[in-house]
Amino acid sequence: MAAMSISEIEEMARKCRIEICKMTHRAQAGHPGGSLSEIDILCALYGHRLRVNPSEPKWEDRDRFILSKGHASPGMYAILAEMGFITHDDLKSYRVKGGVCQGHVDSKWCPGVDFSAGSLGMGLSFGMGCAVAARLDGSNRNAYVMVGDGEIQEGSIWEAAMAAAHHELGNLKLFVDCNGIQNDDFCEAQMRMFDIPAKWNSFGWAVKIIDGHDIPSIVEAIDWLDTITNKPAVVIAQTIKGKGVSFMENNPAFHGAAPNDEQLAQALSELGVQV
Amino acid sequence: MTRMAATRDGYGDALLALADNKKVVVLEADLGKSTKSLHFRKLHPERTVSCGIGEQNMLLVAAGMASNGYIPFASTFAIFTERAFEQMRNGVARPNLPVHLCGSHGGVHTGTDGSSAQSIEDLAIYRTLPNVVVMHPCDDVSTKALTMQLPDLGKPSYMRTARNKTPVLYDEKENSIKIGKGIVLTEGNDVAIIACGVLVHESLAAAETLRAEGINATVVDMHTIKPLDTDLIDKLAKQCGALVTAEDHSVIGGLGGAVSEFVVSSRPVPMEKIGVQDRFGESAGADEMLEMMGLKSHHICEAAKAAIARKV
Repeated sequence: MAAMSISEIEEMARKCRIEICKMTHRAQAGHPGGSLSEIDILCALYGHRLRVNPSEPKWEDRDRFILSKGHASPGMYAILAEMGFITHDDLKSYRVKGGVCQGHVDSKWCPGVDFSAGSLGMGLSFGMGCAVAARLDGSNRNAYVMVGDGEIQEGSIWEAAMAAAHHELGNLKLFVDCNGIQNDDFCEAQMRMFDIPAKWNSFGWAVKIIDGHDIPSIVEAIDWLDTITNKPAVVIAQTIKGKGVSFMENNPAFHGAAPNDEQLAQALSELGVQV
Repeated sequence: MTRMAATRDGYGDALLALADNKKVVVLEADLGKSTKSLHFRKLHPERTVSCGIGEQNMLLVAAGMASNGYIPFASTFAIFTERAFEQMRNGVARPNLPVHLCGSHGGVHTGTDGSSAQSIEDLAIYRTLPNVVVMHPCDDVSTKALTMQLPDLGKPSYMRTARNKTPVLYDEKENSIKIGKGIVLTEGNDVAIIACGVLVHESLAAAETLRAEGINATVVDMHTIKPLDTDLIDKLAKQCGALVTAEDHSVIGGLGGAVSEFVVSSRPVPMEKIGVQDRFGESAGADEMLEMMGLKSHHICEAAKAAIARKV
């Protein structure tokens, strides 16, 4: 699939934001905040780089993408619909009995999902397993993983960080969606993480810090990831929780709460939907 | 003279024998020397992944590799597998990935390391997970035979092995050992003793003692706790009318739990459970621990008589 232009990726991200709001509104549940913070990175990754085939989701030599912060599933479902893994109609099945769009991303239910997430702190280890397997296969496929900043409070993340560097897994690429908010409150209040880039650096990773909503910067970071081949690499993305919807931005209340009818109308209006 | 061996040696032998299958990979958490995966590592370092002292990561690296078509064998002490229980639950069992977890040094038989190292709940917790096969063999031959069958299983498994040597029962009988099929070792119609692991040997000794007293016992090696060989248990409940389970594990949720759950809803018969009575162990020799916890052959004899006495 040909890489998309910057403006095409930006437009895709706008459409995905609309779907994120609609999905969570329809379900009256789910996690819009973290979906809106991650979505520019997801769109840039799928639009610019990820070697996947929507008509053959289980293609063995595909790049893997592991959404470890699996509660931010509306973002994942939105991009999977844009790429053609699922239909836009499937998005209506979010959190509905029998639907492909389970509450947390699940590979058993949804084409294009490589990792059944749910519990935080698990995806990086799984991605490491994918990276080790790719190396054993002699394949140049990559494993891309996304975690949240609150998620790296889980100790197992650092087991994986240490192990991946020890094994010099240059095919393991990580994004940290640093939106600064976790379930109960701001990360700063719940558990200060101090110098996050320094932590990854000291664990033996290549580190790059970017604005996680600036598509040209994200694309440049994805290209930079390709240049790191002898160690795992992490992109620390500074993001805004709820980005794109004014009343959700940087608002802990929208970590795990859906917009009501009125809020949806305002959100869609802000996202350029003509009523 | 009976050959003595540890079940963990059977596991190590099996990994070596499976190495021709290039999809077989081994994961370690700094205890390969103890679980016996080290033999594989020596010959196949490229297919051995050291995860350091990090069991949670190990389970999910294994899951990631399994999702890419590999057949991972991960091992550590039984007790340390438990800190990765949620990884086993959500990362392995739920997506039904064929990761094979081996917990060595299980049970109070582990001995002098003390209560922190004596896992007496592993069989119970893994048995609660959908898709997971749970095994606890009693000698090195059966451990090897069962492990050799795992690449064809197509689903996850947990196997407990033991640290210390026990008598070998199945030399040249490895073809009779199948996952999910209990093995009748001696036959009698008065009581059936259903055992796993180390307590298979204690149960055989108990049957001998009982025979001298005129009580004929069937002894079964129930090496697979899940799926349970319910056909065999039902047959024995009918034939003997009294059951005893025997395991180096808590009486809550393990083999005794599994058998009683089945029997109570199929053919209720008097049943006694030999196992650790809801308490922790301490440092002592393997045999001293079995005695302290009420897991010796004379305890099994008493349980057998109690079950027989309750027959209607």
